[in-house]
Amino acid sequence: MRIRGVELGVGIFMLAGAIALAVLALNVSGLNLSKQEGSYKVYALFENIGGLTPRSKVTMSGVTIGQVTSITLDSDQLMARVEMEIYKDIDYLSVDSSASILTAGLLGEKYIGVTTGADDEMLSEGDYIEDTQSALVLEELVGKFLFNQATE
Amino acid sequence: MKALIDWVQGIGSDTLHRLSALGRAGLILAQALIARPTPAQSFPLLIRQLYFVGVLSLIIIVVSGLFIGMVLGLQGYTILVDYGSEQAVGQMVALSLVRELAPVVTALLFAGRAGSALTAEIGLMKATEQLSSMEMIGVDPLRRIIAPRFWAGFISLPILAMIFSAVGIWGGMLVGVDWLGIYEGSFWANMQNSVDFFDDVVNGLIKAQVFGLVVTWIAVYQGYDSVPTSEGISQATTKTVVYSSLAVLGVDFILTALMFGDL
Repeated sequence: MRIRGVELGVGIFMLAGAIALAVLALNVSGLNLSKQEGSYKVYALFENIGGLTPRSKVTMSGVTIGQVTSITLDSDQLMARVEMEIYKDIDYLSVDSSASILTAGLLGEKYIGVTTGADDEMLSEGDYIEDTQSALVLEELVGKFLFNQATE
Repeated sequence: MKALIDWVQGIGSDTLHRLSALGRAGLILAQALIARPTPAQSFPLLIRQLYFVGVLSLIIIVVSGLFIGMVLGLQGYTILVDYGSEQAVGQMVALSLVRELAPVVTALLFAGRAGSALTAEIGLMKATEQLSSMEMIGVDPLRRIIAPRFWAGFISLPILAMIFSAVGIWGGMLVGVDWLGIYEGSFWANMQNSVDFFDDVVNGLIKAQVFGLVVTWIAVYQGYDSVPTSEGISQATTKTVVYSSLAVLGVDFILTALMFGDL
């Protein structure tokens, strides 16, 4: 009967490990099992991305609808070209949507907020979001403020 | 001039000794693991070793995980409350546990608790000539003694590390949420926003797996290769703890640099 106790102990040990992994996956890392499968790519040109990084969130009204996949410098327009993946089921972004780079909290991470427009045509794979608003850079704001103070 | 030549010769013989030790360690591992699997015989042996190596290490892992999580929660709170961002305690506790502390501290404790016991056991078997009598009756000691112990350590360490993380995060929550009054919702939300399953949890698991390989390998090798005297066994046990602790810390830096750093 000694071996039975040993096997029971090992069984409980293995189960405890599996439960711990499940807790870490679901509760701590917030892993979403119903992962979004399909997505389509949309581009946007920004004058200044101000600390936006790949894997940043793309949101609409605060709800995550996709993520930034890559950021490159567009050699023609000399602006930052941000490539975003939008979940396939978000297919109601009109072509006159606007994208702006926002900050979560005072010192938080940068993310892209999308606001949809009124056009009947919808964004699809490879389209550009024309109406963009760059990140607010603190130094530029301070500079503007000082300039205004000086001119008054 | 002669002293210089002796010195160079010393370096050479030292290097050769180390290399041959590494070769023996590799041979022991290869001979123990590469063989026709015989589940009917080896499975009960593995279960028994899992019990000694894994289950009996649970208590030290759970207790130290709990206290490390509680200390992290307390320290994080006292620092972060100055900046009014005490909700980030959850994020801090979870990230530091899952990425670093759980694999490393578990491996260090495991080297002390289970690795030293493995070395001493195998060393004593060698000293009392149990290993050679096994060979006499046609049982391969590498497969009968070394293989189940190695697999047991290799399997248990990631499991122990996961339990360490989970218990530690619970300890951090106990201190942060229940005693110090951080709002529970933002505690968990901050944690879930910052911890990524594949980047953090799975990388921590890979670390623990590598440490399991390193620690158990060193332990069984030191035992099998020990000088079969009482002094030799005590030296081999000391070497197991020292070498595996150093190896874990060194390998941890390399793995961290590969996984999280931009080196």
